[in-house]
Amino acid sequence: MTGFLDHLLNGLALGAVYALVALGFVVIFKASGVLNFAHGSLLLLGGYLTAVLHDDLGFVGALAAAVVVTALVAGAMDRLLLRGGDRDPRAAHVQTIVTIGVDIVLVTDLARRIGGDLLTTGDPWGDSVTRLGSVTVADSRLAAIAVSAVVIGAVFALFRYTAWGLSLRAASEDLEAAALMGVRLTRVRMLAWCLAGALAALAAVFLAAFPAPGLERTTGQIALKAFPAAILGGMASPPGALAGSLLIGLTEALVAGYQSELHVLGEGFGDVAPYAVMVLVLLVRPTGLFGAKGAVRV
Amino acid sequence: MSDLLKRGRLLPLVLLLAALPFYVDAFWLRIGLFAMAAAIGAVGLGLLAGTAGQLSLGHAFFLAVGAYGYAWLAGEPGPGLPPALALVLAVLLAGAAGGLFSPLAGRVKGIYLGVATLALVFLGHHVLLTADSVTGGFNGRSVPPLTLGGFTFADTDPELVVLGVPFGAEERLWYLGLALFALTWVTARGILRGRPGRALVAVRDSETAAAVMGVDVARYRSAAFVVSSMYAGLAGALLALGFRRIVPDYFGLALSVDYLAMIVIGGLGSVAGATAGAVFVTALPLLMTRYADHLPLVAAPGSTGGAVGPTEAARYLYGAAIVLILLYAPDGLHGLARRLRARVPGRRAKAAPATAPTAAPARPKEHTP
Repeated sequence: MTGFLDHLLNGLALGAVYALVALGFVVIFKASGVLNFAHGSLLLLGGYLTAVLHDDLGFVGALAAAVVVTALVAGAMDRLLLRGGDRDPRAAHVQTIVTIGVDIVLVTDLARRIGGDLLTTGDPWGDSVTRLGSVTVADSRLAAIAVSAVVIGAVFALFRYTAWGLSLRAASEDLEAAALMGVRLTRVRMLAWCLAGALAALAAVFLAAFPAPGLERTTGQIALKAFPAAILGGMASPPGALAGSLLIGLTEALVAGYQSELHVLGEGFGDVAPYAVMVLVLLVRPTGLFGAKGAVRV
Repeated sequence: MSDLLKRGRLLPLVLLLAALPFYVDAFWLRIGLFAMAAAIGAVGLGLLAGTAGQLSLGHAFFLAVGAYGYAWLAGEPGPGLPPALALVLAVLLAGAAGGLFSPLAGRVKGIYLGVATLALVFLGHHVLLTADSVTGGFNGRSVPPLTLGGFTFADTDPELVVLGVPFGAEERLWYLGLALFALTWVTARGILRGRPGRALVAVRDSETAAAVMGVDVARYRSAAFVVSSMYAGLAGALLALGFRRIVPDYFGLALSVDYLAMIVIGGLGSVAGATAGAVFVTALPLLMTRYADHLPLVAAPGSTGGAVGPTEAARYLYGAAIVLILLYAPDGLHGLARRLRARVPGRRAKAAPATAPTAAPARPKEHTP
């Protein structure tokens, strides 16, 4: 039974971190209709900056700097995408592919800098653990859950109570109507991208923390697992992204935890289990768990 | 009329391609072979993404099905069928795999399908690593050469010298690739210009309108997915013949992304564009690696110390090319070529009387095959 609780907590922590990444996808998608394939490289950039700067600035300072810089880079990326013009309704497709190009350049550069090294981000939790009754859990995981909960709560409040949040929701409903109501689409978009970048940088720190060995050149690929999370929930729904992330995190942790019982599926099935879950969910609900059905008026 | 003219213009190109093995060495022929294989796959993906408006990131999976399907069907361990039959069956197998995915491919739209097909790549990679007995696991398996009526597409058996040029595997596979690519070109254009192509474009532009016109949306979507998978399977089998050994790690997400980049760089919805994109994406890294010594700012392969190696330089250039082409020419190389052609005054004047004024050239949004 202890084992089960362990896996559950692990899954929860993993899901919380995925949620940070998936929320970024969703915010960008809502604001611009773009699926950001460069999210992994933003994540890697955030982690790399934290790792490089923490000697000079201390962990908190480095993290703050990384979050700000990554947010600015994401904002700059949005500016770059808009150079292609956003009148064409198919522009979102084209911009999606542009993010692939940006991702290739950024990842190549960061991977070259990181090389084969394992970077530490200098986080304060180290490898310490906490005992909760019979369950032992790494402090970094608890921190991941706590920080994600606070940050995600703040982001939801942003959606709900600020003018920007209202504009974002209006823009994702109907771009044209929103523009006519005086919503400054470019600014809404830009802020959405910045927010997503900041969330990705934050997520990187937890992905590199114990029990992971550290930040590697491949850490950014973890962002790909947040894709199923975001799709599961329905791409345009923040609560959906949260639910999807937890589902994906729990699935991965449980499948990895009970690997010996699931031997038929092959070694390392935990890593691909999120995708299997996604296929199953999409079979039943093609627009995701919380996705709008979307009636079409002719 | 215009078709005849086109064919007349294509003829020198075909002759040139057929003559190449007599003049260039194996390195260039290998690039050409890989480019042709990629072009076959890219045409298939173009059919799906450009014409049907469905985004797929699962292309690498269907390439893998074709490649491993051929290697298993024709080789040991495996049934050891005649390789030509194995090639056909491998293509059908890839189509069947696409068909199995049709409950999703028919109903899930656009970007959702893109991410759903991501699952195919990861699950497929996992299967390739796990199913040792069929795929050879992490180390992959070797690919038996293709034989056709006693003629082997390999270095020997029979030894062959044509006009003083020894015909090894590269030269023979070049012609195989050329033939298969011609087949792809003709069939794809047939599909695009015929009834199915029109139906798919209608579905892409407005699902509701298409359904009202009597197009079975889900059926056409899944059919496009199956056909696209079959092209991918053929491309995969041809790649396997070129590589002679296939490993699971080749068929990863990066490969899917490459194919997506090909069709977008080339210009969505056009067979010629997909081909141009395939040549660009395939040849760039190979050429960069080969000519690394002559390029400024690029270190020789294997040098250390944070220098920019040729593979990295190729990646930078590749990424930058995607960004720049799409920002400044969103309709890709194909659209760029068309706009350049429209600028040449002589040709414009000649073409003008032949076309009705309503079909005037300057409509870059319309994607004609």
